[in-house]
Amino acid sequence: MNNIFAVAGVVIKELYRRKDFYVLFILTVVICLVMASVNIYNDNEIIRYIKALCLLLIWISSLVIAITTTARQIPVEREQRTLLPLLAKPLSRPQLIFGKFLGCWLACGLVLVCFYAFFGALVASREHAWPLLNYFQVAFLHWMTLGVVIALTLLGSLVFAAPSSNSTICFVIVSAILCVGRYLDVMALSRQEPVRSLVYCIYYAIPHLEIPFEMRNLIVHDWPLIGWNFVALDALYLLAYAAAFLIAACLVFRRKAVN
Amino acid sequence: MNIILRTEKLRVEFKSREFRQSPKVALRGLDLEINAGEVFGFLGPNGAGKTTTINVLLGFVRPTSGSASLFGIDVRQPIARQRIGYLPELTYYYKFLTAEELLRFYSRIFSLPRAEAEKRIDAVLKLVELESARKRLIKTYSKGMQQRVGLAQALINNPDLLILDEPTSGLDPLGRMKVREIIQRLKSEGKTVFFSSHELGEVETVCDRVAIISDGELKAVGRVGDIMGPRASLEKAFLDIVGYQPQSAP
Repeated sequence: MNNIFAVAGVVIKELYRRKDFYVLFILTVVICLVMASVNIYNDNEIIRYIKALCLLLIWISSLVIAITTTARQIPVEREQRTLLPLLAKPLSRPQLIFGKFLGCWLACGLVLVCFYAFFGALVASREHAWPLLNYFQVAFLHWMTLGVVIALTLLGSLVFAAPSSNSTICFVIVSAILCVGRYLDVMALSRQEPVRSLVYCIYYAIPHLEIPFEMRNLIVHDWPLIGWNFVALDALYLLAYAAAFLIAACLVFRRKAVN
Repeated sequence: MNIILRTEKLRVEFKSREFRQSPKVALRGLDLEINAGEVFGFLGPNGAGKTTTINVLLGFVRPTSGSASLFGIDVRQPIARQRIGYLPELTYYYKFLTAEELLRFYSRIFSLPRAEAEKRIDAVLKLVELESARKRLIKTYSKGMQQRVGLAQALINNPDLLILDEPTSGLDPLGRMKVREIIQRLKSEGKTVFFSSHELGEVETVCDRVAIISDGELKAVGRVGDIMGPRASLEKAFLDIVGYQPQSAP
C-alpha cells in the first residue's frame, strides 16, 4: 500500500501544480456568478435554472479534469521516460496502475469539494439554506462515477498510444452512456434480431452512470433525500465496474514492454 | 566470489510488426557473471544489445529464453530491485517536482524510514552538488543538473549494485569527470557498478573488468589488461574484437 500511496501523492501534486483545474474552476465560477447576478423576466424561481446549469458545468468540468489528467499519466511517463527509473525500483506494475488510479480519484475528489463548496455558497446566498446531506449524496455518487471514468481512461491509456485520442474516445463513450445509456433497452425493443440482442448486450454491459448524473435533480428541485441503502448499492455497483477496468488495465500492462 | 548479477543463455527476440518478417534477435545466449565490489564496463557498438540486456535485468523486457538474476533473485520479482540503483540514458524527471520531492518520492518506494530518507536525501544532494537547487522545480534545471538528479535518485537507497546506462552521454567534460569521480568513490565503498558506455578511455580508467558484445553475442570478457593484450589501447582492442575493417581512402 505504501507504494500505491507514494505514486498517488505525485499524481495529486501534479494536478494542483498544473493550470487545468484552476482554469476550469475560475471559468465555472465566473459563468455561475454572472448567471446568478441577473434576474431574467423577474422570475422568482430562476435559482432552479442557475442550480441546474451550475451543476451541469460542474459535471462537465469534473469529467474534463478526470479524463485529461488520467489520459496523460502512463503515456507521458513512457514518452518522457520517467517510467524507467520508476519501474527500476521495487514497484510492481499493478501497484503503479492502482497508484495512478488512486491519485487521479483522490485529486478529483478534492476538485469536487472545491466545486460543491462554491455551489453551496452560491445557492445559500440566494436560498439561505444548506441541505448538506443532499449535497453529500449527490457529490459522493458523482465521485464514485468519476472512479469508473478514471479506471476506463487508465485502461484506454494503455491501449491507445496518444493521450488525445484516448481522451476523445473516453469523452464520447462517457457522454453516450450519460445521454443514451438508459434508453438502450427501449431502443432494443424496436429493432429486429440480431441487432436487438446486440443492443441488449450493450445495455447490460455498460456501466450505468446516469443515476448519479440525474441525482442533480435532488438539489435542483429540492427533493427529499434518497435512501442510504440505495446510495450504498449504487456506490458498490460503480466500484465493481472501476475494479473490473483496473484489473483489465493491469492485465494489459503486465505484458507490455516499457522500453 | 559473491556473484551479484548473473545471466544464463539469455536470448531476447523482438517480434516484427511487419507481416511474415522474422523476429529481430537482440540477444543470443548471453552469459554474464558480475562479482561483488567490481566496476564492470559493458561495451558494444550501437544496436549490439547493451540496453536490451539492461532492460532485461530491470524487468522492462521479458527474455525469450534463458534467465537473469540479481542477488540470486529472478529479475521478474520486484524485490530483486530493492538493492539496486539505476540511471537511464537521457531521462527526464517529473518537471513539476523539486529535486527534494522527487528523492522523497523514490525513498518512499524503497520503504526507507522518514528520518533515514531525509539523511540520504541530504547526502546524495551533497554528493551530486545540487544542495543549493534542491527546492527548485526540476523544469528549471539544465541538462547537466537533470543528469545529476538522475544520479542522486540512483543512489537514494544506498544501492549495492548500480546500473548505469551511458551515464556520461550528453555531459560536458566537467560533468563527465564528476560522474567518474562518483563511480570511483562508490568503488572505494565496495559497491558494484555495472555500466554501459561508448567512452572507452573512461572505461579503461575506472573498470576492473569489461565485456564486449556485438550483434547480441558476447565477444570478450575479462580484465581490461587481458582484453587489450599487446594492443596500444582499449579502443584498438574493441575495434578488433567487434570486427571493424577500416576502409582504405580513395
